[in-house]
Amino acid sequence: MAAQGGGIDALSQFKLEPALGSYGASVDFTNANLMMVLAGLLTLALLWLGMRPRAMVPGRLQSAAEMAYNTVMGMCVETIGPEGRGFFPFIFTLFFFILFGNLIGVWPYFFTFTSHIAITLALAAFVMLLTTAVALRLHGLKFFSYFVPEGVPKLLLPLLVPIEVLSYVSRLISLSVRLFANMMAGHVMLEVFGAFIVMLGGAGLIFWAPAAFSLAVNVALIGFEFLVAVLQAYVFAILTCIYLHDAVHLH
Amino acid sequence: MDLASAKNLGAGLAVIALAGVGVGIGNIFAALVSSVARNPAARDRVFGLAILGFALTEAVALYALVIAFIILFV
Repeated sequence: MAAQGGGIDALSQFKLEPALGSYGASVDFTNANLMMVLAGLLTLALLWLGMRPRAMVPGRLQSAAEMAYNTVMGMCVETIGPEGRGFFPFIFTLFFFILFGNLIGVWPYFFTFTSHIAITLALAAFVMLLTTAVALRLHGLKFFSYFVPEGVPKLLLPLLVPIEVLSYVSRLISLSVRLFANMMAGHVMLEVFGAFIVMLGGAGLIFWAPAAFSLAVNVALIGFEFLVAVLQAYVFAILTCIYLHDAVHLH
Repeated sequence: MDLASAKNLGAGLAVIALAGVGVGIGNIFAALVSSVARNPAARDRVFGLAILGFALTEAVALYALVIAFIILFV
């Protein structure tokens, strides 16, 4: 699949295919949907299996579950403020859905659903609708003063208000494209270097040294992908927290 | 100039944005090093902010990369 017909086919790994045989095909259940279900189940399994012993001195899985809870709770309360406790379930779900989606994708033969703009855009759209709804509910029409910066001359307002509105709306693009681009670029890079290994390894004995170098690069890239997977889930969650902070406190 | 070579040139031009990203990431970590050197106790707090800034800056590089990929593959 990597090096067919001389070119590098880097994007076929993101192709959606029906999962679970003909039954899945009849309801358009794709491999992306399957991985989403898997990510949700893994999150539930971490919490359920981790917290089942309820030990005073936690074991490995229980401390992982407790650390996950504490980290996300700290992130909510530090960024949003005391009101952040109410948003904790949402942020926790979002963070772990994206985290497990990214981590499943690094596994060979598994599909990365976060590398599809449709899915990240849906997540980002949900975040934007939620923040706007929270702001409208808490502040009513005063929410629109968010777009009017304080302490600027009145003359500049016709210029600044459209910029503020634009920056508010473009959060949708930046939030979704950041996650999608990170995951897609990482996987394309893995694919390209994997194709180099196959092409150079098949080209003759002289090319085995560069093929080995490509293999080393790919090993390093896998480690980097793990970093990116955790980092992007963290960034998505913390940016959601920052947007919710703006919605709760306006300015 | 035929379409294929124009596409390749365009993809090359699109990733010129990486120069700015390189400067940006260098700035972020230079600021991280100097702030940790001045106040080592603040390391944990500042490190999180630096990683956030790094991710935001890196995203710009990836926008450029996506445009290059779109030109090349789509």
